[in-house]
Amino acid sequence: MLEGTIPSRPVYGALEIRPGRLHLIVADAEGAEAILDLAASAPPDFFAGAQIIYLPKKSGDKFVAGLEQLAPAQLYVGPSYEAALPRLRRVLAGAHMGLQVYLAGTEGLMGQAMLEATQAGIPHSAIQAEHRGSTVRRVQCVHCKGITEDVTHDPFRCAHCGLHLFVRDHYSRRIAAFQGVRVDAEDPGNIPESVERFR
Amino acid sequence: MTVIFKEETFHDDFTFRNSPEAVKRFPFPFPEDSYMYSVNLEPHKSYRPGSVYERTFDVDEHYVSEMRDRARVLAEDPLRCQSLPHMTLAGWDLLELIMTSKAEEYPELFELHRDGTKWHWINRPLGIEQKFTFLDETTLPYGPMEYITRQTQGDFAVLDQRDDNLWMDAGMVTTQADWSLDFDIGMNFFEWHAPVPKAHEMGIFQRALKFLLNVQQGSPARRLNWTMTVYPLLDTSPENYHKWGVMKKDLTLENMGQMMHLRVELQTFFRLPRSNALVFPIRCYLIKLDELVTVPKWARRFHRVIRDLPTELATYKGFVTNRPKIVEWLSKYDDGAPTSPGIWPD
Ligand code: HEM
Repeated sequence: MLEGTIPSRPVYGALEIRPGRLHLIVADAEGAEAILDLAASAPPDFFAGAQIIYLPKKSGDKFVAGLEQLAPAQLYVGPSYEAALPRLRRVLAGAHMGLQVYLAGTEGLMGQAMLEATQAGIPHSAIQAEHRGSTVRRVQCVHCKGITEDVTHDPFRCAHCGLHLFVRDHYSRRIAAFQGVRVDAEDPGNIPESVERFR
Repeated sequence: MTVIFKEETFHDDFTFRNSPEAVKRFPFPFPEDSYMYSVNLEPHKSYRPGSVYERTFDVDEHYVSEMRDRARVLAEDPLRCQSLPHMTLAGWDLLELIMTSKAEEYPELFELHRDGTKWHWINRPLGIEQKFTFLDETTLPYGPMEYITRQTQGDFAVLDQRDDNLWMDAGMVTTQADWSLDFDIGMNFFEWHAPVPKAHEMGIFQRALKFLLNVQQGSPARRLNWTMTVYPLLDTSPENYHKWGVMKKDLTLENMGQMMHLRVELQTFFRLPRSNALVFPIRCYLIKLDELVTVPKWARRFHRVIRDLPTELATYKGFVTNRPKIVEWLSKYDDGAPTSPGIWPD
C-alpha cells in the first residue's frame, strides 16, 4: 500500500491479461516481477504478440534472463526512461486499435508512460498499471517548475532552483509528478530535519 | 451609478483600501456565528441593489487597478493563463457572456455593437476599443478567454463536461488562494479538490458535483468561500509562496487592523451555450480588519467564527500560526451580544 493516497493520485491495480492484438509492456526495476506474475496466467501465444520495454535501474540484470525466457516479440532493455522514450513513442505512434498497455514498477515510470500513451490516443480503458518496488517520488517544484526524480527524503532540495521543498500528496497526471513546496517559506532558514519517507 | 476607479497597488507599497461604500457592500460570508464546510449553493440572481450580487459580473472601484495587477502577474508568469486546445470555443462563449452582460448592465462603461459576426467592443475604464470577428481568433490580440479575462475582475476556471465529471481544461488564475492552475489543469472535480480536508468524507464534493453537472444555461448559481491574507495580496499563488509566505511573520497586534484581511471569494457557475462547458468565475474581495470592524455585527461574529474554527480548517487556510493573535485583537470588538441571522449589516 502506498502511503498518502488522495483523490488526485491514481489508484494502481494488479495487471491482468486482456484480449488485444498487440501488448505493450513497460516496466522498471521490480516491475519485472509483475510481468513474470502476469506470464503465469498468460495464454501460450501471448508473448508472441508482446513488446517489452524494460529499465532495470538498480535491479541490474536480476530479472533480465527471466524476461528473455518469456520470448516476447521484442524485448528492449534500456538504461533510462529518457533513453527509452523515442522507442516508446515510436511504438505508440504505430499502434492501432487493439493495443493493450501494461505498466509496472515505480510511480514515476508509470505516470510518464501513461501520459505518453494517452497523448497518443490510447483510451484509459486499454491501460493498466501495477505498482511494484520503490516508492520514490517524482516531484515538481511549484516555484521553478523543475522536476526532481527519485525523491527519497522529505524535505529535499530541488535539483533545479535549490529551494528546500516538502513533498505534498497532491499529484498531477499531466505532469506525472507530486508537488513540492518551499518548506521554510514562512520562516526562511528554519528547515526541518530531512527524513527518508520513500525508498 | 458612477464608479470612481481607484489608483492602488496589491504589491510592494500595498496602497489598496476600500472606500466606506465598498465596505458596506462587502460580501461578508458568515450567516451565523460558526463555520463549517457545506454545499452552500444558491441561484445567482440579482438582488439588493448596490450589493455585489446585483450584476452578473460586478465591477467595483478596484477594477482598473486589479486589471493592472493581473497584467503584471501574467508578465512574470504566463502559465497563469492556459487553455487546452479543445477549449477555444468555450473561450468564445465566455467572451460573449461577459461582453453582453457588461454592455447591458454597465452601459456607461462598456459598449458592444454587433453586426452579424462583426463585433465592436468598447471598454471605457481601460481605454480599449476593439473591432473583431466573432469566432475568428486571428482578429484578437489574445485567445478569446485571455482577451476577456484580462478585462474582468476575478479568476476564471473553464470546465469541460464529460464522463459525468468536470475537467479543469482552461483558466485565468492570478488572484488565487494558494492553488496552482498549471498543476491542476486537466484534473477532474475530485482530483483538483484532493487537498481539501474533511469535505470529501462529508460527501460535499459528490453532492456539489451533481448539482453543477445540472446547471442550465440562463440559470447560474453561486456560493461564497473565504480565507485570510496578510497584506492586500491578490496573488497568493503557490508559485510565489516562497516570496509571500514570509510576509505572514510581519503581523503584530499593533498592525493587525491594517495588515490582516478577510478574503472572500464570490464563486459563480454559468453553463455556456455552444461548448456546454461550465465557467467558474472566482471573484476575490479583500477587506482590512479595521474596515470590517466598522460593522459591529460583523466584528462580533467574525471573532466567534475565527475563535471556534476547527484546527484542520485554520491550518488548510494558512492562518493557524497567527490565529491566537487575530482572536485576541478581534475579541476587543465582541461584547458577547447576540447577532442577527444573515450576512447583512443591521
Ligand atoms: C467547478 C467549479 C469549482 C472549481 C473550479 C473549484 C476549485 C477549487 C480549488 C482549485 C480549490 C483549492 C484546492 C487546493 O487546496 O488545491 C477549491 C477548494 C474548495 N472547494 Fe472548490 N471548486 C469548484 C466548486 C466547488 C463547489 C460547488 C463547492 C461546494 C461545496 C466547493 C467546495 C470547496 C471547498 C470547501 C474548498 C476548500 C476551501 C477552503 O477551505 O478555503 N468547490 N476549489
